[in-house]
Amino acid sequence: MLAFLIKRLAQAIAVMFVISIISFSIQDNLGDPLRELVGQSVSEAERQALRDELGLNDPFITQYLRFAGKALQGDLGTSYFFKKPALEVILSKLSATLDLVFGATLIIISFSVPFGVYCALKPQNWFAKTIMGLSTIGISVPVFLTAIGLIYIFAIELGWAPAFGRGETGSFLGLWDSAFLTKDGLAHLVLPSITLASIMLPLFIRLIRSEMQEVLQSEYVRFAWAKGLFPNRIHYVHALKNTMLPVITVGGVQIGTMVAYTILTETVFQWPGMGFLFLEAVNRVDTPLIVAYLIVVGAIFIFVNTVVDIIYGLVNPTVKLIGNK
Amino acid sequence: MALLQVNDLEVSFDMRSGSVKALQDINFSIERGDRVGIVGESGAGKSVLGFSILNLISRPGSITGGNVLFEDRDLANLSAKELRDIRGNRISMIFQDPMMTLNPVLTIGTQMIECLQAHRKINKNDAKKIAIQKLQQVYIPSPETRLDQYPHELSGGMRQRIVIAIGLLMDPEIIIADEPTTALDVTIQAEIMELILELCERNHVALIMITHDLGVISQVTNRLFVMYSGRIIEQGPTKEIINDAQHPYTQGLINALPQMTIRGERLQQIPGSMPSLNTRITGCVFHPRCEHAENTCTRTHPKYTTSGGCKVACHMVEKMKSQPLLSE
Ligand SMILES: Nc1ncnc2c1ncn2[C@@H]1O[C@H](COP(=O)(O)OP(=O)(O)OP(=O)(O)O)[C@@H](O)[C@H]1O
Ligand SMILES: [Mg+2]
Repeated sequence: MLAFLIKRLAQAIAVMFVISIISFSIQDNLGDPLRELVGQSVSEAERQALRDELGLNDPFITQYLRFAGKALQGDLGTSYFFKKPALEVILSKLSATLDLVFGATLIIISFSVPFGVYCALKPQNWFAKTIMGLSTIGISVPVFLTAIGLIYIFAIELGWAPAFGRGETGSFLGLWDSAFLTKDGLAHLVLPSITLASIMLPLFIRLIRSEMQEVLQSEYVRFAWAKGLFPNRIHYVHALKNTMLPVITVGGVQIGTMVAYTILTETVFQWPGMGFLFLEAVNRVDTPLIVAYLIVVGAIFIFVNTVVDIIYGLVNPTVKLIGNK
Repeated sequence: MALLQVNDLEVSFDMRSGSVKALQDINFSIERGDRVGIVGESGAGKSVLGFSILNLISRPGSITGGNVLFEDRDLANLSAKELRDIRGNRISMIFQDPMMTLNPVLTIGTQMIECLQAHRKINKNDAKKIAIQKLQQVYIPSPETRLDQYPHELSGGMRQRIVIAIGLLMDPEIIIADEPTTALDVTIQAEIMELILELCERNHVALIMITHDLGVISQVTNRLFVMYSGRIIEQGPTKEIINDAQHPYTQGLINALPQMTIRGERLQQIPGSMPSLNTRITGCVFHPRCEHAENTCTRTHPKYTTSGGCKVACHMVEKMKSQPLLSE
């Protein structure tokens, strides 16, 4: 367990270090903070004096350390546009983005596992062939096209689901708000979640199918047949468990990346999440907000990876997180 | 009625380059308590033969001719349920590599209990008791604790014992052991072999022992099949074949044994190597490597000649007897 924690911590520090360097470079190069503070009418001498005072003329390293020191205390600067701490602004949108990621993950898991397994078990079946064909097409269709198609068919033509915004949200113990808690919120979740899921779903189906096919060829599955077990037991206990091990690892990383994919989905559906906010921040050159976004996404990524590692350890008996019993 | 009867069995693999025959003209029968050895070079088709007895040939491969009869029932015509009833219950198989045979994510206990529960109505506790008893039979120390362990926590020899114990769970009539010791340490090989022999003798189980090792064969079996390129080219009582092999290929195998070689001399190898299945050879499959080959050998595949208790597929059997090669 200790080794696992140390490994995780080292990884987290490394990732955060890289992100902070990138963030800081952006802050350093994007826009002039002075312009935000003073108007155009201030003389050059006064500007220089202010620069010195603010430490903007210090060497890169000094400036970076100052930035990192503040960041460690949760101070990522103040959003130029909202005039509020950047981190606070970003975090207020976190729940909306997580709603979306969670919805998409749910869709991916509940479709990719049965479809992938079915395609592996019955590769010659017409339904399996259809799924595989669709997944090939699915991989190559760009997200915005999926989104527009869904909006056109289900929102405009059929009027089944709303295409804009997050709808009503419910509150979970007053700590967390989520669109999953109201009927209206759920309706609003449908189309954006499907859109976000559509990026990864075909990949997951293919991944599960190919992993399962490999496992079905293994010696231990052949031995299970030789033991005279029931086919269901062989498929869903012997083969599926071994199939899911690599899928969990790859899948975890992909779901982490999905947070970044939300930018496009949120923009198309006007979903009030971090990605939408991020795009606005880029347009307004609101650097503290951009930096805060990058750091929060990095943190989510690390968190998801840790959770995935723990799950993997629980499923795979050859990995021991907690030492010997 | 023979316990197991194989008639004109032919197994083919559909490859991109066309279909190749991995087995052909396989004929034999096995009775209760028989101990049969199958030898031959790598790729001769020994494992394929073992698997076809359980009807476990998978995808590119299939049985394309002849049949396998278990108690006079053709395996190819059985329902899935009837097949399940034979696999692991009446016939069990020990695989070559114990590192790959057990499922890495299930405990030993799970893998034993599920087998018992697949074949009869039995609750977990009773199944556990039988599992422990079988683990004791294969001399596994502290069997209770093994049940909760995963395969990776055990050594190769230990795992093979567990595979054998699984094979014994349902007290089968036939055990097929496919090179059960090749993947193990030399020191453990003899132990495992002895264990299998002891268990088969005690329970009056028929044993089909597949191996490269003629030394093992002569200790463990009383009948021997010699395979070459998908065919049985010589079969008969083990003693007779070991002492006086008729087929030039078998003679070559025996002469290549280290104990047959005078100290300091080089091992006698059969020249050349077994052709891959997709090279077509007319006549006797062995003739390109055979020092006795004559014109007839290149034209037709030999039928069996009976010689003593043995059947030999060779054109030259009679001739070799009357005029042995000068070099011998
Ligand atoms: N899954 C498969 N696909 C294609 N060909 C196969 C397959 N399995 C076996 N074969 C063919 O059948 C032939 C016999 O294979 P088999 O595994 O029975 O050999 P063997 O005598 O058991 O060899 P070894 O001593 O190495 O285990 C091989 O030469 C191979 O060409
Ligand atoms: Mg083999």
